[in-house]
Amino acid sequence: MSKQKNDITKKKDERLRRTRLYIPGNNPAMMQNAMIYGADSLIFDLEDSIAINEKDAARFLVRNALQTLDFGEVEVTVRINPIETKYFSKDIAEIIPAKPDGILLPKTESLDDILLVDKEITRIEKEHKLKVGKIRIMPIIESAIGVLNVEEIATGPRVAAIGLGGEDLTADIGAVRTRNGKELEYISSRIILACAANKIQAIDTVFADINDLEGLYNVTVEAIEMGFQGKSIIHPSQIETVHKAFMPSKEEITKAEKIVKAYKESIKKGRGAITVDGKMIDVPVVIRAEQILKRAKAE
Amino acid sequence: MKFKTNSVNRKIPTEIFAKELIPFSGKGKGPYKSRKYAPKIRKLSPGGTKIVKTLQEAIKKGELTDGGTISFHHHFRNGDYLLNMVCHEIANMGLKDIRLVPSSIQGIHKEILPYLEKGIITHIHCGTSGTIADAISRGKMEGLLTIRSHGGRARSIENGDVEIDIAFIAAPTSDGYGNINGVHGPYACGSLGYAFPDAQFANHVVAVTNVLVPYPNNPISISQEYVDTVVDLKKPIGDPKGIVSTTLRVTRDPKGLKIAKDCIEIIKASGLLKDGFSYQSGAGGTTLAATNYLRDYMNAKGIKGSFGMGGATEALVKMLEEGLFKTILDVQSFDTYAVNSLLNNPKHIEIGASQYANPFTSGCAVNLLDTIILGGTEVDVNFNVNTSTESDGRIAWGMGGHQDTAEGAKLAIIAVPLLRGRIPIVVDDVISINTPGENIDVVVTERGIALNPESQFYDDLKRNKYLDIKDIEELKKISEKLIGGKPKKPEITDRIVAMIEYRDGSALDVIYQVKD
Repeated sequence: MSKQKNDITKKKDERLRRTRLYIPGNNPAMMQNAMIYGADSLIFDLEDSIAINEKDAARFLVRNALQTLDFGEVEVTVRINPIETKYFSKDIAEIIPAKPDGILLPKTESLDDILLVDKEITRIEKEHKLKVGKIRIMPIIESAIGVLNVEEIATGPRVAAIGLGGEDLTADIGAVRTRNGKELEYISSRIILACAANKIQAIDTVFADINDLEGLYNVTVEAIEMGFQGKSIIHPSQIETVHKAFMPSKEEITKAEKIVKAYKESIKKGRGAITVDGKMIDVPVVIRAEQILKRAKAE
Repeated sequence: MKFKTNSVNRKIPTEIFAKELIPFSGKGKGPYKSRKYAPKIRKLSPGGTKIVKTLQEAIKKGELTDGGTISFHHHFRNGDYLLNMVCHEIANMGLKDIRLVPSSIQGIHKEILPYLEKGIITHIHCGTSGTIADAISRGKMEGLLTIRSHGGRARSIENGDVEIDIAFIAAPTSDGYGNINGVHGPYACGSLGYAFPDAQFANHVVAVTNVLVPYPNNPISISQEYVDTVVDLKKPIGDPKGIVSTTLRVTRDPKGLKIAKDCIEIIKASGLLKDGFSYQSGAGGTTLAATNYLRDYMNAKGIKGSFGMGGATEALVKMLEEGLFKTILDVQSFDTYAVNSLLNNPKHIEIGASQYANPFTSGCAVNLLDTIILGGTEVDVNFNVNTSTESDGRIAWGMGGHQDTAEGAKLAIIAVPLLRGRIPIVVDDVISINTPGENIDVVVTERGIALNPESQFYDDLKRNKYLDIKDIEELKKISEKLIGGKPKKPEITDRIVAMIEYRDGSALDVIYQVKD
C-alpha cells in the first residue's frame, strides 16, 4: 500500500458536528451560555430569527460575543443573511474579523455563491492580517436550484459541511412538510452523495417540536442511516437525544476498535490486505470504523 | 459593642439585646443547655369548654401581655390570613413589644409592617421574606430578627431559648376539644409538622379554624391535650389558592436542567444510589427537575430507596407510588397531590419539626439522609452558603432546613447557577452565612462542579471522568470574567438588624442594616 493510500482517512475537515445549535443573535443570555450544553457546534443566527429592525444590533452583539466569550472546544459559526440581501456585506464585514470557525450561507444556489463569499472572506482576512482559509463556509440548501447544483457547491473552497433547510425547500418545491420527512428523501440523498464525494459533512434539517424527544430520536436515527453526519437543532434540550442517536452500540464499538487496530498494524507492518474475524476489510470500512469510534469517544 | 470571631471568621457581638451570644465553633458542638424547657401545666375539668368565637377572647385567655411571645406555623404559606389577623387584634388591644415566632414570614404578611414601625412587634424569630424582610434590612424594626433553620427553631422552642406565651395554630379542621388535622376541608395544607413543637411547648395553645368538626376529629395531627382554646372563626383563616399549588413548575430553563442532571450524576458517582437510598430535595424548579431525573434513573435501574423526605411534592409522591421509596416523611406538603397522598396513603407519614431536624433530640431524620439537593443566593470559595441575603445586602429569604439537611445528609449538594442575570453566585466571601462550608460536599453550576476537598466523597468524585470538575476558585473567576470584574460589596451601616443562628443555637453570622 502506498503512502498516499495509507492517508485515505484524512478528510478535509474531521470535526464532529452531530449537533449544530441555533442561537438567536439578539439574545445575550442565551449566547453567553450557549457553549455549556455540549453541542458540537453553535450557530449564532443573524438571519431568520432576527427581525429587520434588530439586524444591526444582533450583528454587533454576535461580533462582540465572538470576541469576548470563551467557547472552549465548541465550534462557533454564524448564519449570516443571504447574498442578495442588503445585510450580507455588513454581516461579513463585521463578523469575519471576529474570527468565527465558520459562516453559514443560507439560500446557497450555486458554486458562484461560494466563490463570491470565499473572495469576500479572503479579502477581509488579508485586510485584518488573519490566516487565510481558516474560516469555513457551510452552505444551506433551501431551494430546488440549490439542490440541482449541490454537486458543484460541495466542491467549493472552504466548504466543510452542507446543511438542508427543510422548511424553505418544501415550500420551494411545492411539497408538504410531513413529520417523517418523506418529501425530503431524494433531496437528502442527493446532498449526502455530493458531500460524501467531496469528503465533507451533510447536516440534516431541524426538528421543530422541542417537546417530542422520541420523535426527534427516531428522525435522527433515520437521518444517520441515510448518511447525515449531523443535525441542526433549535433547543439545548435536543442535544442529548441527538447524541444518543449518534451513539454507537457496544458491539459496533468493539468491532470498530478491532478494525482500526488491524488497520494500524497493517500500516506498521507494510501489509496490504487486512482481515478482521476472517473478513476482508477495505478502506471505506476503516473510515466508518473511525467515525464510530469518534462518536463513541465524544460521549 | 464587644465582638468575638467565630470559626467561620465572622465577628459576633458578645451580647445583643441583653442576650449573651455563643460564637459558632463548628458543627456537632453543644448542647448548651442540659434540660428541656417545661411549659405551664394547664387543667381543663370535666364539663369545661375550649371554644371561643373571637381571636380577642383567645388572646385574653392566653394572658398575653406587653413583651409577650406568640407563634405561628407557615403551612398556609402565602395563603395565610391568621398571622395578620392576630397582629391586628393585638394592636387593637393596645399591646406592644411583642415577639413574633412564626416558622416563616411570607409576602402576604406585609400588613404587619406598621406594627414593626410602631414598636408593637419588636423582635421576630424566623426566616423572613418579602416586604417584612426588606423593612428589617432597612432598620424599620426596633429589635432583632433571629433567623433559624427549621431544626434550629424546633430546638429553640424545646430548650427554652424561645418561650412561647401563645401558639396560634391555623387549623384546616379541628374538633371542639382541639384535635387538629391538616388534610381535610377547603384549607387543607397537608402536614402540620412545623406546629408540633409550638403545640408541645407553648404555655397556651390556640387552634383557629373555620371547619369545626364533631369530636373526635380523625386523623389527629395535633392532639387535644396540648390545645387550650379553639377559636371557631367566621372570617376565613386562609386563601386556599395560596396554601398549596395545584402543580409546582419544573424548570424548562436549559441551564437549570443541566444543573439538575449533573446533581443526579453526582449522586450516582457517590455510590450512595443503591437499594435503601434516602433523599430530600426542595420544591424549586431545578430540584424538581433533579427529582424527576432521579425517578427515571431509579426506575431504569430498579433501585428501591428507603425514604424520601420533604417538602413533599408530586414528584416525590410519584416515586413513592412507583415503589421507588418505601415511605415519605413529610414535614410540609407543597402541592395538592402531596396533600391527597398524606390523606390516603399510609406510607406517607407526617412528622414534626423536631423529628425532622432538631439536632438536640435522641435522633432526628436528617441524620439518616443520604443526599440532599439545596440552593442558595451565594456560595463562597470556602463553600459557605448564603440563603438569606441578596447581593445588595438586603434580607430576602429564610433558610428552611438548609443547615439541618446539609449537616445531616451524607452528601450535601448545592445546585446554583453561576450567574443570576449579571449577579455572580460563586464569590470570594458570602454576604452572610446560613450554612457553613464544612457541611457542603459539592457545588453544581452550569459551568462546572466544585468539590469540597474536605468531603468524604472527594476522591471518588474527583476520579469520575464524566463530571466537569473545576476548582471553586476557577468557577469564581469564570463568573467574574463573564460580568467584567468583582462586584461591589453592599453598603451597610454599623447597626445589626439580624442574627443567623446555627441549628445548635450558636451565632453563625450577623446582618447589618443596609444604607438606603
